[in-house]
This record gives sequence, C-alpha cells and structure tokens, in this order.
Amino acid sequence: MILEEILSVFLGLFTDYTLRYVALGSAILGITSGALGCFTVLRKQSLFGDAIAHAALPGIGFAYLFAGTKDSLLLMLGAAIFAWFGGIITLAITSTTRIKQDAALGITLSVFFGLGIVLLSYLQSIGGASQGGLDRFLFGQAAALIESDVINLGILAAFCFTILILFYKEFKITTFDSSFSQSLGFPIKYLNALLTSVIVVAVVIGLHTVGVVLMVSMLIAPAAAAKQWTVNLKKMVILSAIFGGLSGIIGSMISSTAEGMSTGPIIVITITIILGISFVFSPKQGYLFKYLRKQRKSQISLKNFKTISDKEKRNDGNF
Amino acid sequence: MMDQKPSKNNSKTEKESPVKIKNLSVTYQTEPALWNIDLDFPQGKMIAIIGPNGAGKSTLIKAVMGLVPITAGKVSIFGKPYSKNRDKVAYVPQRGSVDWDFPTDALDVVEMGLYGKLGWFRRPNSKTQNLAKECLDKVGLSDYGDRQIGQLSGGQQQRVFVARALAQDAQIYLMDEPLNGVDAVTEKTILSILENLRKEGKTIVMVHHELQTVDKYFDWVVMINRNLIANGPIKEVFTKTNLEMTYQEKQRMSI
Repeated sequence: MILEEILSVFLGLFTDYTLRYVALGSAILGITSGALGCFTVLRKQSLFGDAIAHAALPGIGFAYLFAGTKDSLLLMLGAAIFAWFGGIITLAITSTTRIKQDAALGITLSVFFGLGIVLLSYLQSIGGASQGGLDRFLFGQAAALIESDVINLGILAAFCFTILILFYKEFKITTFDSSFSQSLGFPIKYLNALLTSVIVVAVVIGLHTVGVVLMVSMLIAPAAAAKQWTVNLKKMVILSAIFGGLSGIIGSMISSTAEGMSTGPIIVITITIILGISFVFSPKQGYLFKYLRKQRKSQISLKNFKTISDKEKRNDGNF
Repeated sequence: MMDQKPSKNNSKTEKESPVKIKNLSVTYQTEPALWNIDLDFPQGKMIAIIGPNGAGKSTLIKAVMGLVPITAGKVSIFGKPYSKNRDKVAYVPQRGSVDWDFPTDALDVVEMGLYGKLGWFRRPNSKTQNLAKECLDKVGLSDYGDRQIGQLSGGQQQRVFVARALAQDAQIYLMDEPLNGVDAVTEKTILSILENLRKEGKTIVMVHHELQTVDKYFDWVVMINRNLIANGPIKEVFTKTNLEMTYQEKQRMSI
C-alpha cells in the first residue's frame, strides 16, 4: 500500500507537470546552496548568510513598487541588490565601529527584515488582494513555480557553478588560510566579494522555494551534513550539493501528497533529517561509531593495563 | 673603460640585502604597532626577531609582505616592492591562525604552497603533487600525507606548515613562531632544514619566543618593542642592556 503510494508520487515527477517543475526548482536551489554553503560554513559565516537572506526581502518590495510588475527576474534583481547591500552594511558596521560582528548581523537582519515586512504590508494595503502574492517570498511557494521560472533559476545556478569551478582553488586557499593566500598575491578582498556575490545569487534562487526566512538552513544544513562524511573539500562540496538537491526533490514530493503542505518548510525538514542521520551514523565523525570506538578503546586499555600490571607482578617476584 | 665601472656596480646591487625596511610605521586603529623601523635583513643568516608580547614582531613580518596596511615607510625585497618579488618569499603563519578542522589533508596543505606559482585558473596537477610529496618527506611526514590535518599532533601540523613554505622554493623565509610549543623531534627537524637552507644562502627570519635558545639557534638578532632596539650579530647585540631595554615595561616612543 505505502510502497504503491510512494511509487505513484515518484512517477508524478515525470508525469505531473506542476510537480516536475516544483521538484526541479527545489533541486536547483538545493544543489546550488548546498555547494556554496560549504564555504559559508567553513568561513564560520552562517549567520552572515542568514542576514543577507533576510536583507533580500525589502528588495522585492522596492522592485515591485518601482517596476510595478511581478516579473520574477526583476524581483530577483531587487532582492539581490538588497541582499548585497545588507552584506556590505554588516561589514561596514564591524570595520568602522566598535560593534562586534554578531551584533552587526543582528542589526542588519532585523532592520532589513522589518523594512521588508513594512513594505509588503503597505503594498498589500494599497493594492488589495492582487499584491498578496509578494508575501510568498517569506516562506517560499514552490508550487507557484512555472517553466520560465525554472529556466531562470537554472541559468543563475549555472552562473554560480561556473564561478565556483573557475575559482575553486582560490576560494579554497583563501577560506583555509587567508593571510597565506594574501602573501601569495591573491586579492582576498575581491575573492571574498566574489564569493559573497555567488552566495547572494544562491539566496535569490531560494526566494521562490524556501523564502528568505528559511533560506539559511539550505546553506548550512547540507554542508554541515556533508562535513560529517568526508575530510576532503571537493568531496564535501559535491556531497553537500547532492544532499541539498535530494532534499529539494524529496521535499517537493512529500508536499505534493497533501493539500496545503508548504514545500519550503518540508524541504527544510528533510535536509534537517539528513543532517541528523549524518550526525549519528557517519563512520568517522558520527556519534554512534565514536561511542563504540570509545567503548572498545577503554576495554583495550583496560586489558593492556591488566597485562602490564601482571607482568610487573611477575617481575617483582623475580627480584 | 669608465663606462664599465657603473655597470659592474649595478651587477653588485643584485647582491644587495634581501629585505630592506625603511622608516616603517604601522598603526592599528590609533595605537602605533611599529614606529619608524629602519633595518636590513642580511643574506644567508638565521635571524631571530625577539621582543615582548605586543611588541609588533608578527606585524613586522606581515608588513614586509604587505599583509597589514603600512602607515609610513617602505619595504623592498631584493630592491623591488614585494608585489614584484613575491615568489622569492615564503611565509609560515602562526599555527593558531587557521582552522585545523578544515576538510583537507596534509599533502593538500603543502600543495597550497605552489598555488602562487600556478597562478589563476590553473589546477594543481601530478607535478605539483609530487613536489608537495617531496617537501612533506623532507619534514619527515611522508606517511602522513593523507591524514586530515586535525588528526596531526601540534608539532606535525607545524611541520606541515614548514613543508608548505619549502614548496614555495623561495630565497627568504618569514616564519611566525614555528618553534612555539612543538615537540623535540619537530624542533630538531625544523632547525636542521633551516640550517640547510641557510647554507644554500637563503635568508631565514623567525619570530622567536624563547630567549634561552636565541644564541644557540641564531646568528643574527633583531630586538623590537614597537621601536627597533637593536639589530646585529648575536655576539654584538644580544646583550643584557639591550634585553633590558627591549623588555622594560613601557617603551617610550622616540619621535
């Protein structure tokens, strides 16, 4: 029974027009944010990702206010500009004032998000019901994805991956040892700006599917899960992209089974489950095997201790 | 005949001091970290930079490479700005400055020493990998190449950093406390490697912490406490008076 149901949902990926694009859009998001999120996590900038995602919201409002259309590319452009702006403001606050990074992130996140909410509710009040569609960017509404949206998302993702592949070596060394990278002559300021830009693009890709509020989990969770399974950056990036993409597909499949189940949150829950499994079951770093190894080790050392003390006893006898 | 002499002089300038620092000042926020430092590092010497905490030792070698903004003064590497002679300088940052939990192995870190020569867009290949293996071998870690760097001991991590600097194949080695808190094997290995480099005419500049070992390991010492206190051969300048001046509590600014 259950198997049959799963099978029919799976087949829906190929037959159901809506589900196909929802799943495709979510997969694109998951793959992109998964790959780029590795760098966010390794640079310990997870909250920075959260701040720029929230900062994107007023961009959507302004884009609509000035352009007057709900054309998805224009809205994405507005979102990208504001996300970027939010990032720059955060950096400016930390470098020019005595406010530390965590507080600066809090300031950016809440101020921009607040501004976004104000804008959206204002637009709603002047435009009536037709503008209601904008608040779908809060938590995403993957079900509204159509073919042209998915093509746009695909192009943006391709852009991100081109940059990532071209500059992989530079991103890696700058993330691992920034002053050494600088001593070799790599312009770390520009590289950091470039990396931030592609992460902004990833955030923008996620607006439709998971929305600004939950976006950060798509950056962090796949990367954190992948880090459990490998100690090689390249493998981590690939694995993280797979985890992200998989959770996008599985999440959209699950949400298609019931009316009114939002895709974004389901995707986030799916990736969280993958993260949980990774924390427990990964062979090298997982809690389960760590616990088992610890048990065995303590038994071995207990045995060794016994044999040593036995030998000592014998030696004592000899003297 | 007359024309030839200056050209001979020119060829001599190639042998000029590898690192020249002129009137260097570095300021963090409003606090001066280094004040009007004037010094040359001589070629083919083991040079120790000593001074109390916050004296600007790390800042000095970072300023040589332009890693910190210079407020005033000039640094030249073999007569040219650092940006022109980058490939002649190898750098070993403090071990604590990176995240050892990073998903990479020892060989990969050593290979990073070759990224500068690879330049943009070119990928590490079997050639860079073999070079990296050789360098890892020199520090006695050939069996640890595939080890995640967090699984190495502190001394082994430090040796990985030294191997990465060896991969840079430079003329000047700037090292930030590579002997700080390492085991005896590591200390011995690093010192013998550096001794070989020195014999080849390379210049080694090391921020050093332990005063007891200065006259044993080095043949030149730079003593700083924001200002330059002394700079010269150990026998001449590593004196009690100079040490007292370097380590006295409050160093007055000489303006």
